[in-house]
Amino acid sequence: MKQLVVISGKGGTGKTSIVACFAALSQNRVLADCDVDAADLHLVMDARVRHRELFRSGKKASIVSEKCVDCGECERLCRLGAVIRNGDAKGKDSDSLHIDPIVCEGCGVCYHFCPADAIAFGETVSGEWFVSETRCGPMVHARLGIAQGNSGKLVSVVRSQARGLALKHGLDLIIIDGPPGIGCPVIASVTGTDLVLVVTEPTLSGVHDLERVRQLASHFRTRTVACINKCDLNPKMTAHIEEHCEETGMEVVGRIRYDKSVTLAQIAKTSVVEYSDSPISLEIRQMWEHIGAP
Amino acid sequence: MKIAITAQDNELHSAVDPRFGRARWFIVIDIDTGDFVPVSNAKNLDTGQGAGIQAGRHAAELGVKAVVTGNVGPKAFRILKAAGIDVHIGAKGTVEEATCQFKAGVLGLAKQANVEGHWA
Amino acid sequence: MFAERRNGSLRIAVASGKGGTGKTAVATNLAATLSSEGYRVVYADCDVEEPNGHIFLKPTIRSVERVGTPVPDVDLSRCNGCGKCGDICEFSAIVCMNGKVITFPELCHGCDGCILVCPENAIRETQREIGCIERGRRDGIEFIHGVLRVGEAMSAPLIRAVKQKLSDEDVAVIDAPPGTSCPVIETVRDTDFVLLVTEPTPFGLSDLRLAVEMVRALNLKLGVIINRCDIGNSGVRDYCAEQDIPLLLEIPDDREIARAYSRGQMAVEVAPSLKVAFAGLWERIVTRISSRNDE
Repeated sequence: MKQLVVISGKGGTGKTSIVACFAALSQNRVLADCDVDAADLHLVMDARVRHRELFRSGKKASIVSEKCVDCGECERLCRLGAVIRNGDAKGKDSDSLHIDPIVCEGCGVCYHFCPADAIAFGETVSGEWFVSETRCGPMVHARLGIAQGNSGKLVSVVRSQARGLALKHGLDLIIIDGPPGIGCPVIASVTGTDLVLVVTEPTLSGVHDLERVRQLASHFRTRTVACINKCDLNPKMTAHIEEHCEETGMEVVGRIRYDKSVTLAQIAKTSVVEYSDSPISLEIRQMWEHIGAP
Repeated sequence: MKIAITAQDNELHSAVDPRFGRARWFIVIDIDTGDFVPVSNAKNLDTGQGAGIQAGRHAAELGVKAVVTGNVGPKAFRILKAAGIDVHIGAKGTVEEATCQFKAGVLGLAKQANVEGHWA
Repeated sequence: MFAERRNGSLRIAVASGKGGTGKTAVATNLAATLSSEGYRVVYADCDVEEPNGHIFLKPTIRSVERVGTPVPDVDLSRCNGCGKCGDICEFSAIVCMNGKVITFPELCHGCDGCILVCPENAIRETQREIGCIERGRRDGIEFIHGVLRVGEAMSAPLIRAVKQKLSDEDVAVIDAPPGTSCPVIETVRDTDFVLLVTEPTPFGLSDLRLAVEMVRALNLKLGVIINRCDIGNSGVRDYCAEQDIPLLLEIPDDREIARAYSRGQMAVEVAPSLKVAFAGLWERIVTRISSRNDE
């Protein structure tokens, strides 16, 4: 089984549109949308949810007001400042303590040291994950709860489920739509994959972010290739990126022009290669054939 | 002597899972008698970071002297080393075959982690 | 109205669910416009994973400061191997095996649990570097950004550190990372207004909905900017109308602006007429903040 992950560093370079095309062009694959706090792949894959499960992650503390003696020990010990006086919040009794669930990271320090045993500490639901059927095979995706943390762990769940599906159905490829950035959820998306495709664009921001994401990928010693999207926006910058890629040993596997059909395909809820036979579709097909079965 | 082999399922003919921290099963085998017990490691599958650490602690609690797997990451290796558990890497095929590979001494004894940490 | 806020300063976060919609473009152009109108402005880039504001503002960097996060340092000569530190740690960052304590600093959330629980006082706090903060100036604009070390998973402590550098300027324009999870929340918390930049596409709309839910969960005021407003469809406009979300600015798709962006130039530099648009945006933001304060 091989795993291909598409990332970009900078957001909005076209990761999801390209993943949708790869989904349409490949066989025997499982799709995994690991951009768990802004998932979009399902919008163009005609996803029908077949199974859904709550995502339980980490723990959170809360104050049991009947037991609380208002000593303020939790407020003193919490390094994150998650314990606040209710008086700070609108419409609550003044001066009683309360824990902001958005700030709490679940370290449990208040729970362990509360002299009145007035803190409840338990697993929380912080999102949901789905197994869907699409016209391009099974897909695992997720939705992180509003204002929740732990996106890295949810990415791990999505990948573990995708892997399970691939093993169960004898599918030999997992195509992963990764999140932007280089932090926790990106690391969780990249580790243990066989090929990293970085989608960049010929802008100074794109170049800057490409270099940081390349450094990240090289840390995992996974083969990393690049695709320059909207390459005709700034041909000089495109040439500069190609040089940079050559110097750093990153093969440029695709050059894709700017084309309005990318947006039109999105509106039509499909991939560009299925939507039209425009030159950009050909460029994406050639890229897919070039990287082949990674 | 008891060893733990990482596996994708809970039988002797199950395939070895090359991953340590995120293996679904540990097959604990007494290599002197051939007795075996499958132990689920499923709760570590969906851990964010630190699956190797928890799996290492798990292996230590099972009282095994060696772990047989495909690869081992840096965090798991440190834990297993501290627990005095040898790590044999490069196991392939089924659990039964990996037992033979272990007995024949053809598996590498890890001196350090051979893969980067991975969270999935 | 300014008088009742932190010495008169206003904090505006520029965020978006979807990446690449133009957050940095909006934030830098707004900062430049306000500065040219005589405001004391600070631009703070909290997209520490991929900070890009410096490409457009081109500040002269005056100071670099390393930022760390607290992690435990165990004095093994005092450790009795009781394992209480490992038991309290929820993040597997400190583990006791056979009486030997092992730490994994990269997993530590800096809660101090192990330090507090250790009966031998054998653990003290030390720092682990996660990135740096660079500060500088360009014309009238104070510039601050955080740069996360590549390979580092935890960005929230660095974002907090960037925000702690804000002081008493008139306006702080804070560039947020994309998405809706912890780094974004850390960035937009405690701000006076959140500008959500989107584009009129299905992806833009889907991610905008999530971003709006996030901002509302945090009880903050918000407004929307549609970038490249003439591509795509009417979904975003319809959603804003239906949800009674103020649409503060629409920026047309312009090849010249896109080219200037690709070279690291701000739109207001190549199309000075846009300064009027950004000044108008600012007026609408201020009206929103003050009118809702009176409610």
